[in-house]
Amino acid sequence: MSAKIIVRNLNFSYNHHKVISDLNLMVEANNILGIMGPAKSGKTTLLRIFNRLCDLIPNIRVKGEIFLDGENILLPDLDVDTLRTRVGMVFDKPVPLPRSIFENLAYGPRIHGVKDKKRLEELVEKSLRLAILWDEVKDRLQEPATKLSGGQQQRLCIARTLAMEPEVILLDEPTYGLDPISTLKIEQALQGLKKDYTIVLVSNNTWQVARISDNVAFLLMGELVEYGTASEIFTVPKDRRTNDYISGRFG
Amino acid sequence: MATRINPEILQRAVKIQLFSLTGFTIGILIFIICFISVKGLPQITLEFLTSNPLDMGRSGGIFATIVSTIYLIFVALMIAIPLGIGAAIYLTEYTRESRVTHLIRFGTECLAGIPSIILGLFGFAFFVMALHLGWSILSGGMTMSIMLLPTIIRTSEEAIKAVPYELREVSFSLGVTKWQTVTRVVLPAALPGVVTGIVLSIGRCIGETAVVIFTAGSSLRLSESFFDSGRTMAVHFYILAREGISMPNAYGTAAILTLSILVINLSAYYIMRQFLKKM
Repeated sequence: MSAKIIVRNLNFSYNHHKVISDLNLMVEANNILGIMGPAKSGKTTLLRIFNRLCDLIPNIRVKGEIFLDGENILLPDLDVDTLRTRVGMVFDKPVPLPRSIFENLAYGPRIHGVKDKKRLEELVEKSLRLAILWDEVKDRLQEPATKLSGGQQQRLCIARTLAMEPEVILLDEPTYGLDPISTLKIEQALQGLKKDYTIVLVSNNTWQVARISDNVAFLLMGELVEYGTASEIFTVPKDRRTNDYISGRFG
Repeated sequence: MATRINPEILQRAVKIQLFSLTGFTIGILIFIICFISVKGLPQITLEFLTSNPLDMGRSGGIFATIVSTIYLIFVALMIAIPLGIGAAIYLTEYTRESRVTHLIRFGTECLAGIPSIILGLFGFAFFVMALHLGWSILSGGMTMSIMLLPTIIRTSEEAIKAVPYELREVSFSLGVTKWQTVTRVVLPAALPGVVTGIVLSIGRCIGETAVVIFTAGSSLRLSESFFDSGRTMAVHFYILAREGISMPNAYGTAAILTLSILVINLSAYYIMRQFLKKM
């Protein structure tokens, strides 16, 4: 297994308030890394550092290094737009752009220079198939995306990220507030995706992390408490706090 | 023990009082519209709208003044729209709330508070005299655009701010630059609000006199270019009525003025409602 992302001594503070301290972590390629932890443990912040979306927040301080294929992505002069085409993100709330289903998916690729209509159509179909949404929407690609149900909208958001053909996909609680069937479909889609993509999943749902992750990181108050394969963490956790968390004693 | 007013009755009395106060306000509007319509509508014929004023406006129509009004609106908007929307984009997307943005906003508020006659005087001193543009549609339009800027900035700013922040985040997360995000996602979503502001400022253009008299003059000839002087409908009405040239024609002009402002405000209201429904 090769490492896709290596995090070294990462520190992040916001308004002099420490959010992440001395974090070391590795994300293996073609693998699903599940990040779990209670609220305020820095999970979402960590995701937003991976694609530098954290740059939008005022008064932040980032120290340390994050290597994506050996290249430090925390350098101030890095081209963040290119980084974000390589590291895609799906948010906890499905946010379709106010345009048609097709245009939602074509938006990113078109801006990055895919002009050919045939190629766009192929991309859209491929992405929707990967997100297990194609069969439900293939006959109404021109309808507004806001008309889809919540679960469909979230799969649309996953497909929209896939249409960029990224290398890494970050998911921030992608099934938050969705019904079990939608959740299942999204989990199935993610399982299918890992052969071509590296996936980092943040979830409050411990069982979801257990179901679909290969490796698991447990964060608490901005610190990495434990990191290991899912089977290790969920059967023989080394740290007592991990054990308490997964058995539901706190968090 | 002092007699107390029954709270039930007090409640009702206050309600009636407030209702009549509101009714009074609406009543004034209805009265003005009726008054202008009764006196003015009989004057309006196709000929009145399509022929030029004759004999200082004693007879003939108001075609030249309609043309001047449209020219003036055009020039004012061509300047005020890009400046106003640009400023609004800068204030909302490219700066964080700080002392500087407060200062800029305070400045635009002050600009909105300048009496139009003072703006007219400024336009006269600066565009007409200093820049040697003379009394012309161009001078008038440029001065008018200064008057419209605060409205357009304010309404565009509100409309842009109302666009959910998540849409920007999604766009950024797809590796789209800020400017592309503004032009492809934010502005389209804010468009109805922006348009409402523009439509309202057209209404102000139509009704303005002080600025126009000082800067565009009051020539009754049909203006052929933006460098010609021209008389707008509002100015025409003012001169006809003040000099007592022709009251029927003055009322005819007033009716057209009122009608067009009414139509414009109603359409602004309609666009705004569509906008709110979508959000």
